[in-house]
Amino acid sequence: MRTVNSLIGSPIERLEDLRFLRGRGQYVDDLARKDMLHAAILRSSVAHGRIRSIEVTRARALPGVHSVITAKEIGNRVPRVPMRLQPLPDFERFGQPVIAETKVRYVGEAIAVVLADSPGIAEDALGLVETDIEPLPAVADRHASAEDRSLLFEEAGTNLAIRFRAVRGDAAAAFAGAPYVRRERFRTQRHMALPLEPRGLLAEWDAARERLVIYGGAKVLFFNRRTLAKQLGLPEAAIEIVENDVGGGFGARGEFYPEDFLIPFAARLAGRPVKWTEDRRENLMCINHAREAECEVEIACTREGTILGLRGHAYVDVGAYMRTNGAVGARNVAQFMSGPYRIPNIDIDVALQLTNKTPVGTYRGPGRFETDFFRERLFDMVTQDLGLDRVAFRRRNLVSKQEMPYQIATITPFESKDEFDSGDYQATLDRCLDEVNWPEKSKLAGKLIDGRYHGLAVGCFIEGGAAGPKESARIVLERDGLYSVYVGSSAIGQGLETVFAQIAADALEITIERIRGVFHGSTSYVNDGYGAYHSRSVVMGGSAILDAAAKLRDAIRTWAAQRLNCQASAIEIVEGVKAVGPGGNSIALNELSGESISAEGAFLNKKHTYTYGAHAAHVAVDPKLGHVDLLDYVVVADCGRIINPLTVHGQTVGSVVQGLGGAMMEHLVYDQDAQLLTGSLADYLIPTASDFPNIRAVMLEQHPSPINPLGAKGAGEGGIIAAGGIMANAVANALSALHVQPRELPLTPTRIWELVQAAPR
Amino acid sequence: MSVRFRVNGREVDVDVEPRLTLADCLRHHLRLTGTHVGCEHGVCGACTILLDGAAVRSCLMLAVQAEGAEVVTVEGLSNDADLTPLQKSFRKHHALQCGFCTPGMITTAHALLSEEPNCDAARVREVLSGNLCRCTGYIPIVEAVLEARAAYRPKAQAGDRGGDRA
Amino acid sequence: MKLPPFEYACPTTLPEAVQLLAGHDGEAKALAGGQSLVPMLAFRLAQPALLVDLRKLADLRGIRISEKGVALGAMVRWREIEDDERLDTAHPLLKAAIAHVAHYQVRNRGTVGGSLAHADPAAEMPGIAMTCDAEIAVVGKSGARVIQAADFFQGALTTALTSDEIIVEVSLPAWPARRRWGFEEFARRRGDFAMAAAAVFYDESEDGKARNAHVGVIGVADRPMRLPAVEEVLNGRTIDQATIAEAETATSAAVDPQDDIHASAAYRRALVGTMVERALKRAAA
Repeated sequence: MRTVNSLIGSPIERLEDLRFLRGRGQYVDDLARKDMLHAAILRSSVAHGRIRSIEVTRARALPGVHSVITAKEIGNRVPRVPMRLQPLPDFERFGQPVIAETKVRYVGEAIAVVLADSPGIAEDALGLVETDIEPLPAVADRHASAEDRSLLFEEAGTNLAIRFRAVRGDAAAAFAGAPYVRRERFRTQRHMALPLEPRGLLAEWDAARERLVIYGGAKVLFFNRRTLAKQLGLPEAAIEIVENDVGGGFGARGEFYPEDFLIPFAARLAGRPVKWTEDRRENLMCINHAREAECEVEIACTREGTILGLRGHAYVDVGAYMRTNGAVGARNVAQFMSGPYRIPNIDIDVALQLTNKTPVGTYRGPGRFETDFFRERLFDMVTQDLGLDRVAFRRRNLVSKQEMPYQIATITPFESKDEFDSGDYQATLDRCLDEVNWPEKSKLAGKLIDGRYHGLAVGCFIEGGAAGPKESARIVLERDGLYSVYVGSSAIGQGLETVFAQIAADALEITIERIRGVFHGSTSYVNDGYGAYHSRSVVMGGSAILDAAAKLRDAIRTWAAQRLNCQASAIEIVEGVKAVGPGGNSIALNELSGESISAEGAFLNKKHTYTYGAHAAHVAVDPKLGHVDLLDYVVVADCGRIINPLTVHGQTVGSVVQGLGGAMMEHLVYDQDAQLLTGSLADYLIPTASDFPNIRAVMLEQHPSPINPLGAKGAGEGGIIAAGGIMANAVANALSALHVQPRELPLTPTRIWELVQAAPR
Repeated sequence: MSVRFRVNGREVDVDVEPRLTLADCLRHHLRLTGTHVGCEHGVCGACTILLDGAAVRSCLMLAVQAEGAEVVTVEGLSNDADLTPLQKSFRKHHALQCGFCTPGMITTAHALLSEEPNCDAARVREVLSGNLCRCTGYIPIVEAVLEARAAYRPKAQAGDRGGDRA
Repeated sequence: MKLPPFEYACPTTLPEAVQLLAGHDGEAKALAGGQSLVPMLAFRLAQPALLVDLRKLADLRGIRISEKGVALGAMVRWREIEDDERLDTAHPLLKAAIAHVAHYQVRNRGTVGGSLAHADPAAEMPGIAMTCDAEIAVVGKSGARVIQAADFFQGALTTALTSDEIIVEVSLPAWPARRRWGFEEFARRRGDFAMAAAAVFYDESEDGKARNAHVGVIGVADRPMRLPAVEEVLNGRTIDQATIAEAETATSAAVDPQDDIHASAAYRRALVGTMVERALKRAAA
């Protein structure tokens, strides 16, 4: 009975569930220290202003308040939040000071930190801090920003952070000779990741040993440690960042935020542990925002439907500062507008405009959700114009598997080239059409039944994954014979402990019970870790584990060879329990050495993987209510290699629902004074259990990735990427008799109703 | 103020400010951190506990209001030896990812199934619409709750449903 | 969003409760279910010096049904209304409306009195109170009085209650068995506050024509409203497609909603008309 080498591909129930289901997860707010102080942060209620004074005397005097920290206590040069991705020199002048110095530039910007005996007292004290801020004209949108009249950074002389350009072939020539051109404008709204657990940190400074331990890390702990070490003037080895259980990330949690400096700094200053937990009001105005983008774009085609070119201008509202990864979404809007389609000539530029709003960062499928909406809407408009079948048009223009690897538009100024690794995009489209029963359902397209118009849409997507450059793992064979796996990847709910245990167990040829645990994220686990972003954990962490496992088995063979007096190559490791020599004599693995045996592994990578697939939706729209009933939604995705079907399916469904939230209801609304109007979960609406009950996901693994030993591709973002384009196309299809053309998200009842009212009769 | 009530079958006596919510009292004074706080304004449901058998948002209750009441948290619906049928069903259907909403889902589902073991999918969705989840998209949670109904129907053994609970 | 500091009292008698409220010069607030008040405290939109918990007041409990109608104690929770089968016939409109209130957990705690006193312009209970000519019995330092629903709601989150007054019970007139009624609501998501909702009822004369029509709407003004202009369209007529269409138009003409982040004024104006139309269709079916 084979019990080993069968875990990859199995729907193993998750190991982490055992504690989560019992309420025994340990999230950062669950931690406590006896003498800890609680931090509360005073946040600007002014969107743009010059700080004249900050008066903290009354706050300091409140019983139970320990101290109040402002820029003054931090010193002459307040550190800046660094850029982690695309750190171009252009961005430095737009870096965020970890606490406001001379200006405030968005509602929510940190002005002061209060330390007190309880969270309640700390919050009480916030109300006693007196700030005198001279208001400046607020830059509330990208138009005001581009005027450069009210400048966020006077020395920079502009609110334009940078302009990227995505180029392929010769768009000018393609358009010059094109038989058909369609130009449109589209807009996606500002919304956000909204993980259910708000952010938090607990920092402890051991003055005797000059060591700092920080709990509450996520995503990119090693980068954050490196950053903090520089900012505090400490060696990296003096700082440990611990990853506890994490209540969702989706790209937003774990980046280096101002609090990641302020709380450790406070702990060091106070000489006591400091704990900070963000509340939801803060979370809405402080954690990275995302997705606010507009474009004016043109497509050129032959009349038969071959795409000749795509060009245009995009504008991304990046908020008040360039933070750790604020440029990624914008870059992706330009570089990935072509999606999985063959568009030989591309010229798209994207301007990153600063505004007095919360800075942006990556949110699941950054830039891809926006640009997919722009492109897929354009496609359906084109097919309508040219009288072409929407499916045939897509099929005709999808990159074929023979063209792999397929190079996409090059983005400047990075000159970074990217290519699709492998896949059969036609196959997933066909499967999707099959699953949704397209031939039958399309008969309902545009029909009015029981007061509702029915509509269908289909669209294709790619999602990038496996960002490099490296990941590390370490596997230890303990003296009791169990294996511990350490990895630099971070867990944010994606089931890493289980998935990595499956990979490790298969590689070590043991049953999963022999794995004591998978220890992830914290900086003490591996020497050189990178984390979880860009859907990289399975490819990068998983491949590092394979390398570590191979090296551990080599180390085991070397030990066994010594003890059994033979060549290492003659040793056979049996079921991860014993080593057998050529003569048949054996030794138990945990008796090989007086100590544990460990090996480190790594995986280096410079290329991206591309999970791909198709979505289809069937909706019924009530034109009087503006309500969209989602009757069926299917996503088919090929992720190269499925490690755990349960978890990858679960992530895909969850990702779709987030995408539907973005398509239909989520919106961070600012007024003309750049005041955030959606300050609670009663105003910022995310999907609930009753909103989208009809979603199906089919996960395939027919085209492994050639760029890693697992053949896996990063997955989990594909579900969100296509949702906006699909829903907008489905609504347009449903209301085609009314000539409704959505060009903006979200598709709220008001927006749909207004489109119905405005449409020409 | 002094407050005395029962939590997971045991009597507790705490001295708290009137403004302390029941959620914070459970989490920080009684160190029952399974109940989570996701919004503090009564929308997300992560703080759901059972008060005299009814599912309520503990972030909207003052600890002092729990005087004399029977409170059950997710810890009280669990045991060390094994997962309960409801928990097993959640695990089987992959009805959790990051785990943050999970205690609230478990307590709410337990309350619903205890009263309505024959509820249908629409009713489950309606009841769970007061609990936000950002990871799963809800579908596996609904499936898990539906499968767990069997354990709450009268034919099931009395001890099958959960750990210590009032 | 920790709550601001306050003192707390849990009186056992109504006079004691009134005394506590009266003695704090407007700085004390009554705490019923807490589902509306506690979030306001969490956002520090209210910072009372004292909270007076009403949970021990037996006078505020119970649902009493008599030939006079339905009397709901102020501390009656939504859950009790849901579970009370007598209300299926004694007041089906009330039941239908309450089915839309918030979510499962909120319904175990939220109260009739709390909702009325909070007076959210999009809340169902104030809408039912207005539509059905409810009488709200209150007690304060000057004694007991009865406030008609039409006089009770004075604006967004504003009522006729003085700071020392506590709602004791709300009475709805008796509901005849053959009455025709309908309730329609549309919210952004299930359980959210209504963007607009309509509660309608009428009785039928022997010739099948409507009389005694009551049309109430929520979500389109700073308080729940009855629409006499629409009632006029219905009274004395058969409730057929033509009448309903006219009622829909009259509804939209009778309201003047505002823009907010959830809906535009124009959309709400059209929506409430649709709500009345659909409620009437149900009633007439």
